[in-house]
Amino acid sequence: MKTNIRVNGAIHELSIDPRLTLLDALREVLNLTGTKKGCDQGACGACTVIIEGQRVLSCLTLVAACEGQHVVTIEGLAKGDELHPMQAAFLHCDGFQCGYCTPGQILSAVCAVQEVRAGVPSHVTRDVRQTVDSATLTDEEIRERMSGNLCRCAAYPNIVAAVRQVLANEVRS
Amino acid sequence: MKAFTFERLASATDASIAVAAHPGAMFLAGGTTLVDLMKVDVLTPDTIVDVRPLGLSSIAVSDDAIAIGAAVTNSQLAWHPVVRDRFPVLSEAILSGATTQIRNMATVAGNILQRTRCPYFRDVHASCNRRQPGSGCDALEGFNRGHAVLGVSDHCIATHPSDMCVAMVVLDADVHILRSDGSKHSIPFGAFHHAPGDTPHVEVALEYGELITHIVISNLPAARRSHYLKVRDRASYEFALAAAAVVLDLDGDTIRAARLGLGGVASKPWRAFDAEHFLIGRTASDEMFRHAAEVALAGAVGREHNHFKIELAKRAIVRAFATARDANV
Repeated sequence: MKTNIRVNGAIHELSIDPRLTLLDALREVLNLTGTKKGCDQGACGACTVIIEGQRVLSCLTLVAACEGQHVVTIEGLAKGDELHPMQAAFLHCDGFQCGYCTPGQILSAVCAVQEVRAGVPSHVTRDVRQTVDSATLTDEEIRERMSGNLCRCAAYPNIVAAVRQVLANEVRS
Repeated sequence: MKAFTFERLASATDASIAVAAHPGAMFLAGGTTLVDLMKVDVLTPDTIVDVRPLGLSSIAVSDDAIAIGAAVTNSQLAWHPVVRDRFPVLSEAILSGATTQIRNMATVAGNILQRTRCPYFRDVHASCNRRQPGSGCDALEGFNRGHAVLGVSDHCIATHPSDMCVAMVVLDADVHILRSDGSKHSIPFGAFHHAPGDTPHVEVALEYGELITHIVISNLPAARRSHYLKVRDRASYEFALAAAAVVLDLDGDTIRAARLGLGGVASKPWRAFDAEHFLIGRTASDEMFRHAAEVALAGAVGREHNHFKIELAKRAIVRAFATARDANV
């Protein structure tokens, strides 16, 4: 079947088998191998991408169901040589070891910061009626909001530090 | 994965007609259940009809109810300011399930229709009456630590995995449905899911081809004092071992009315009416909550590895009610 999809701003007309997942389309058809295949069953978060502004799992998304939607992958975050603030923070805080989960971690973290900016609660927010904010967000909140991204090297403390750094820079600016 | 045809249609009626006309067709929403189970050949549709472009993605708020479109995502619903304010138990239940990525994909109707996480259901080489009627149940004598203790039968002890549905059943939501002939009807949430009995493969009250269009939750002022407590093996991204959804209507220290739903321990989103009835007019004390918990679990049937859930559920009930009682609302 035919479908079209916008990835990092570029529109692609694809002729596909309907069974093709977005993850395999990105990696095998569009050669955007920054998005990683970990478990391929929605358990690890390595394949996280952003569709229409929301972080989702590309391994459980059929590319046929993305008709006309805008997908952002790790390749679409930097502006030329200028890293996205979350990418810079992961480097600065050493938020990875082997790096395999890192693209998914960074995209997930970008959205987590946007969600905090929007003030929405998480499971660990004391009262869901509260509006959370960057300045008072606890590490427990960051860990909960990032729990969909596993890191088998266990770089978690430095990942939390990277997210906190971006949140702190937001508060300052 | 078995090959299938992918259909994008313009209206909910067209989608319902398309599925009703093809015995092997299925609706696709967020895909977090369907695509997952297609990869392991547990579900093998030959036609898929995408329901997300059908205009069922809005939440309509009025003074006396909220109407939630079938394709609203779990995140949209949990984060909605009116849901957080009027029905905190629903927001809390949703936020306790899965991860942000999955909640951003999974829809409300998809959550209601999600399949069990019983490992024998997922494994096409295992015996499972739910997946293949009459084949037996490997969970009965197998690794059944995660399995249900309420609403079970000798044919199936699978747990209903949803958190959201436990809040929905406590809030007396109504499931609104479109038939392929264009007519509409609704089913109370408590009557939507079936306990397994001797037909565990008949999971819900939907007829083939019927499409959930929206869910309506009428206002319940007491739900401002409500809470969802989930107990699990790790702090995040895990299914419940036991969960309690409670609503408490207090007159000083006295309980005017209470509602209690249970998750992680039952074959369907569970409503403990006997325990609710017991609490009417009682003092809102931990002791009375414990009595209610005994009533709620009176019919529980434990097996080799899941006996602990009976006591765990009782303690979860007491703590959930105590938290709601002590909340500053």
